[in-house]
Amino acid sequence: MEKMPRWADVLLIPLINLTIAFSISALVILAIGENPVVVVKMMVSGALGSSYGWGYTLYYATNFLFTGLAVAVAFQASLFNIGGEGQAAMGGLGVALVCLFIPFPHWAVALVFAMAGGALFGAIWALIPAYLQAKRGSHIVITTIMFNFIAASLLNYLLVNVLRPTGSMDPSSARFPETTHLPTFHDMLTPFGINFSKAAPVNISLLIGLVMAVAVYFLLWRTRLGYEIRSFGKNQSASVYAGISITKITIVAMMISGGIAGMMAINNTMGESERLIMNSVEGAGFIGIAVALMGRNHPFGVLLAALLFGFLYQGGGEVSLWTKIPRELIIVVQALVIMFTGALDNMVRMPVERAFIRAAKRRKAS
Amino acid sequence: MTGQDNNAERRENAAPAIELRGISKAFGPVQANKDISISVQPGTIHGIIGENGAGKSTLMSILYGFYKADAGQIFIHGEETLIPDSQAAIRAGIGMVFQHFKLVENFSVLENVVLGVEEGEMIRPSLAKARKHLKELADEYELHVDPDAKIEDLGVGMQQRTEILKALYRQADILILDEPTGVLTPAEADHLFRILNGLKEQGKTIILITHKLREIMEITDTVSVMRRGEMTATVKTAETSPEQLAELMVGRKVLLEVDKKPAEPKEPVLEVENLRMVDEFGVERVKGISFNVHAGEILGIAGVSGNGQAELLKILGGIANGTGQIKVNGQELDLTGKHSDGRSRRERGISHVPEDRQHLGLIMDFAAWENLAFGYHHEPEFQKNKLFMNIPGMIKDAEDKMESFDVRPPNAHLEAKSFSGGNQQKIVLAREITRNPDLLLVGQPTRGVDIGAIEFIHKQIIALRDEGKAILLVSVELDEILSLSDRIAVMFDGHIMGERMPEETNETELGLLMAGVTDTDEGEAA
Repeated sequence: MEKMPRWADVLLIPLINLTIAFSISALVILAIGENPVVVVKMMVSGALGSSYGWGYTLYYATNFLFTGLAVAVAFQASLFNIGGEGQAAMGGLGVALVCLFIPFPHWAVALVFAMAGGALFGAIWALIPAYLQAKRGSHIVITTIMFNFIAASLLNYLLVNVLRPTGSMDPSSARFPETTHLPTFHDMLTPFGINFSKAAPVNISLLIGLVMAVAVYFLLWRTRLGYEIRSFGKNQSASVYAGISITKITIVAMMISGGIAGMMAINNTMGESERLIMNSVEGAGFIGIAVALMGRNHPFGVLLAALLFGFLYQGGGEVSLWTKIPRELIIVVQALVIMFTGALDNMVRMPVERAFIRAAKRRKAS
Repeated sequence: MTGQDNNAERRENAAPAIELRGISKAFGPVQANKDISISVQPGTIHGIIGENGAGKSTLMSILYGFYKADAGQIFIHGEETLIPDSQAAIRAGIGMVFQHFKLVENFSVLENVVLGVEEGEMIRPSLAKARKHLKELADEYELHVDPDAKIEDLGVGMQQRTEILKALYRQADILILDEPTGVLTPAEADHLFRILNGLKEQGKTIILITHKLREIMEITDTVSVMRRGEMTATVKTAETSPEQLAELMVGRKVLLEVDKKPAEPKEPVLEVENLRMVDEFGVERVKGISFNVHAGEILGIAGVSGNGQAELLKILGGIANGTGQIKVNGQELDLTGKHSDGRSRRERGISHVPEDRQHLGLIMDFAAWENLAFGYHHEPEFQKNKLFMNIPGMIKDAEDKMESFDVRPPNAHLEAKSFSGGNQQKIVLAREITRNPDLLLVGQPTRGVDIGAIEFIHKQIIALRDEGKAILLVSVELDEILSLSDRIAVMFDGHIMGERMPEETNETELGLLMAGVTDTDEGEAA
């Protein structure tokens, strides 16, 4: 009984998939009339060539890490949460209220409360669709996507009518007080003699994101709740047989998912803009779906995928700045990456698997 | 040795209807067929028997063009034939009746028969032609089906006839049937065999795939035995015995009869009173049934599948709600409320081996150790502390259970789907029996399970009975009901038609009850 070695499963196949996706992207760039080699150079130097580039790549990656983990947890319960966008936006509201209305002595205390506030608002925003799914059978895909629009409109209203400081022309909240400002990588690395770009927004939230990834791993594979979430995700009727409550798991898994998405706001709202602005999530909730898909709903995979998409996002921004290639091309590249790593995975996997088995047989024969 | 001479003569006269030479097929690491050669004489019924996972279905799928063999040749009537898809198989005169019918539910019989072989742009002329042809076929082979009946309104026996008609309409002269009697009552199975014999007399060649020895002995002329992807023997049915075939299938001597002491029933453990259940479509599936199961006794519930047995098990197991009264050890069960769930049932000492282990009993993507705690994952021994589960402990526990239930391979980290049907069932049984329940619910314990494992599973169930536990057995296999049960109840259309003692009844009588023929002694039962 030969099997493909694990390294090939985890590394080789995704690499081949990515290579194919990038090759086709190169063809698309050629078709637009640009030189793919130049474009790749530009992306790499823009995203990874300086601490400024790294700072943005990691900042985006942090956003995607949170939303990717959020989607992954729901996916493990076979719940397709495409409401990460709205949950993260509501998380921003939670973070903003905490930062604006509670006086904090130190950013560390503020961070803990902001995480709680963001998670609470995100979780509540996920709770309503979860409840409707569990009790009323309204499909979660429909309700969560609707809730994205509701969240956007609600924030629009609040920013224009309630949170906007009098006299301001900008539909955004007041700036958060100084004591809630999170340390950036520049602040954190200067004591070690490393000169990280001061302008780059990456901040301590990245470390929180890494802790969340580990926490999600332990939740899913070490706790009873995780066991129930995964069994529910793999086989609902068997879970009922085992006495697992469908209602409970649907609601709890969605609230965890929404909570993690809401927590993203410590990065973009508290860490970067330091006030609540319109459309602060910038599509990270949707990219989280791609990140979770590519990362196979495993926290470690989600981390790698978040880094890749952070790179694509920052590198793509650079490219659109200096060439006539529109920023939307990055969406094409993302789509190709998702297609080859997700949907067409077996196209590569099967032949590779066969090749390994043949090689193993030959070794045995000789 | 005149038999051999005859054979030789026949081989000269007529080429084999089907000859396979050196067929091999691997799925990834699994070698499903290894160098299989078989020759099927025209105008005979050729049985292929083997345990689940022996490679019977793979072989037939190659013959029908669903899979491409890695190596080997196919000869139809002496001519080498390539069968890249099912269209080619149909052109070569091969018809297949699958285990799971491939019919359009809301089409009529006639429409289903014509589907895919319509001629011309308009449907009416083809239908008219088919209607005439169907009538001829029906008269010729005793294959009467109302051509205008919708499939969804027909019983499984009729649906199966439609499948056979479909094949014949496509001018099949070689007919392959995959486990055709799995869903039939004994009477329907007899009728099917009459049809098959009729087809044989008309010169058709029939390949019958089954795991039931009785059918092989009853109807086939020749039988080929498969084991682990290999063809271990081809023998004339008249020259073999069930014992010999079983041995060829399993590779060792098998005890076909169940060895058990007479039951010593004690106090009632399960008392069911006027139990009813209405399903989500508003159809009443269980229509007021009452029975008891005593400690130290196996009550067998016989019946054709779909007559309320599955629902009965679901209510008892806490998966579905019902109305009426159920007492376990004298205490009433919650049938509709908060405690009508699997977990509460387990806490009351009820273990449940569900009918459908792949959809209910196991999570196929979970490792064996995860499955072996499934449903009992709240038990204190599986917890490390308030937060985390005791994973090394769960793995150790799983390894112990797998060893004592002889699960092969004994690797707790393998996913459930990588085990054979029999070993999957052993995992479920190990999990449920080792909980030492007061009442064990068992549904179809040996469905899709190989003969070697059947013997083991039956022994485990009887051992639990001998420990003084109550066992409720639901099975559609009459043999199993007759050999395991200490008392038999027959269900039909949501009712219990009657109770019998196994030594005082026989298949014919039970078969009548299963078909709903009213039992006049009903009042005396229970």
